[in-house]
This record gives sequence, structure tokens and C-alpha cells, in this order.
Amino acid sequence: MHEMGIMSGVLEACTATAEREGATRINEIRVRIGELSEVMEDALRFAFEALSVGTLAEGGRLEIEHVAATSRCVDCRVEFSHGRFDVACPQCGNVLCEAVSGRELEIDSIDIDLPGDEAGTAS
Amino acid sequence: MKIDVSAPILARNERFAAENRALFAEADVFVLDMLASPGAGKTSTILATIDALRDRYRIAVIEGDIASSVDAERIKAHGVPAVQINTGGACHLESDMIRRAVDTLDLAELDLLIIENVGNLVCPTDFDLGEHAKVMILSVPEGHDKPCKYPNIFARAEAVILNKYDTLSVFDFDEAEFREVVRRLNATAPVFPLSATLGSGVDAWAAWLAERIEGERAGSADASHTDTGTEAANGS
Repeated sequence: MHEMGIMSGVLEACTATAEREGATRINEIRVRIGELSEVMEDALRFAFEALSVGTLAEGGRLEIEHVAATSRCVDCRVEFSHGRFDVACPQCGNVLCEAVSGRELEIDSIDIDLPGDEAGTAS
Repeated sequence: MKIDVSAPILARNERFAAENRALFAEADVFVLDMLASPGAGKTSTILATIDALRDRYRIAVIEGDIASSVDAERIKAHGVPAVQINTGGACHLESDMIRRAVDTLDLAELDLLIIENVGNLVCPTDFDLGEHAKVMILSVPEGHDKPCKYPNIFARAEAVILNKYDTLSVFDFDEAEFREVVRRLNATAPVFPLSATLGSGVDAWAAWLAERIEGERAGSADASHTDTGTEAANGS
């Protein structure tokens, strides 16, 4: 639902980084999205297509890495992966567990061209 | 050339949320973010909560809506300070909006700040406002299957209020099924059936909230308050 806002945040941060590096173009943006977040991949891709026009990232790729949900039992410290339902320690059954991953909304990296790079030849 | 960015996408929101959290801690104000669909009875539940706790705590409300100040007027008519945020179309509140609203309140004169988020079961869950707890309100007419359809909001709430409980007999609402799915999504969240407009069931909810507030105060009094904004448990 808020993929437009999320993507504008991504583009803002990535173009700022790219400009600081003196980039002429952003070939690829890699983001990490937790499986427990409310972000839809299709909507995110649509937002990227729409919002990247006129920016350094226009025509670039959006790579989305989905991060599985994992938690750690607060008692026996076992770390385990899980879905949305029935989160409990597989060892002792405890339902008090710390979230470790699965809620990520992160920019991982960008791939840029610098002046002098051949167009489209990402390192 | 690959450049490592390693930044949260919502970095701006997280920065303001951290600042809000520091402001609230400094003023010793407990902040509750209430989430629900449009029409679930958020404002009515807040009014009932005010009635139950106003003798004990100094309360103010931040109202989030796309447009209008209808809700803030209702709260003010109840004799409680209220600030209206109009998001102008945005489907959720963000932490900088909370910051601007908080700047118009005197935190030193408050114990409890209740945020009524924009009516939406999806977007507000991903946005940290700097609150101490998110609580979710579902109303009986919405149906018992909502936790299956909107799991994240139930998983992220510290407590779930089942409002309009007095209408249970009129609607095809399977309470046992509802409780079971909520438990599977969030084993530690209590469910409080209540009727905000009739006042029934409000006491148990208000007692839980008061206990939560006192627990937070005891924690910060220990000077061991190291809230990093990460969820302590899946149940929170």
C-alpha cells in the first residue's frame, strides 16, 4: 500500500549516494525486504518504474532479496526460521521469542557507472 | 562499480522515531499507537479509555486522519487536549508528523499520549512512531477472519481489542476461531472484548494499559532503559 513512499525513499537515498560518488548512472539497486513486512514486490517494481524516470536510476534494475523470518528463543537461545503463524521455539516450545530477521526494509547496495565507464558495463 | 549502501529504507522515519522516543522518555510520557480499520471504533475506544484512566493519568490524543478534524473535536469536547494531523491522502502516520504534533503539546504536563492512527490494517504496521506499544482494535462486524487476511497487524500488536462486543449475537462472528488465529499469530497478546460506547469490558483493558504504563515507568526508573526500537519479542 505504501510502496510508492518506500520507493521514493530508496531512490532518494540511492541517488544521493550515487551523486556523491560522481556517478553518471545507477545500473542496479539491491534492496532487502523481510517476508513479514507489508511490501508487495509487484507494487514495489511498479513504483520503481514510475519514480525512477528522470533520475540516475532510470532504465536500471531493481533486485529484491527476500529475507526469511527468523527468531531466537529468549530462554534456550535457539534460533529458528518460521512463517507468520505459530512462532514458537522448536526446542522448548516457548512462545517468547526475539525477532531476528524478517522485517527488513533495507537498501543493500547500488551498482553505478562513473564518468569514463562504458555505458552499461557494470563492474 | 558496486557501492555498499546498507541503510534502512525508512531511515528518515526511523531517525524521527528515535528522536520522538527520546522526547517521550525524557518527559516520562507513555505513548500508545492505536491501529484499526475505519469504523472499528478507534475514537470511541479512546474516549472510553480516557474515561477509565483520566483520574489516574494526564492524557492527550493525536488524531490521524486523511482529512477533517472531526475526531479531534470529539476528544476536545471530552475535555482532553487533542491535536489533529491531516495526512492529506497518506494511508498511515509517520514519525515526523508525530514530532510536529508533539511540538504543539506540553509533554511535561502529560503521562499518557494516545495516537489514533489512520484507519488502515496494512500500512501503519511498518512505521515506527517512537511509541511504547501498538494496540490493535477489531470490531465484531468486520468478521473473525481478519487476522487471517491481515496477519501482520495482529502479529505486531501488544494487545488486541475486540470492540462492539455487544453485537456478537447479531453477526456471524466465531470468537473461538478469532482467538485461535490471534494466538497463532501472536501468542503473548491478550484479547480484550469490550463495547466502547456502552463501557462494558473497558475496565480489563484499562487495567492492562495502566499496568503496562507502570511497568514502563519502573523500567525507566531502573535507568536500565535501553530501548533500541527493536521489538523485544514476537509478541510485541
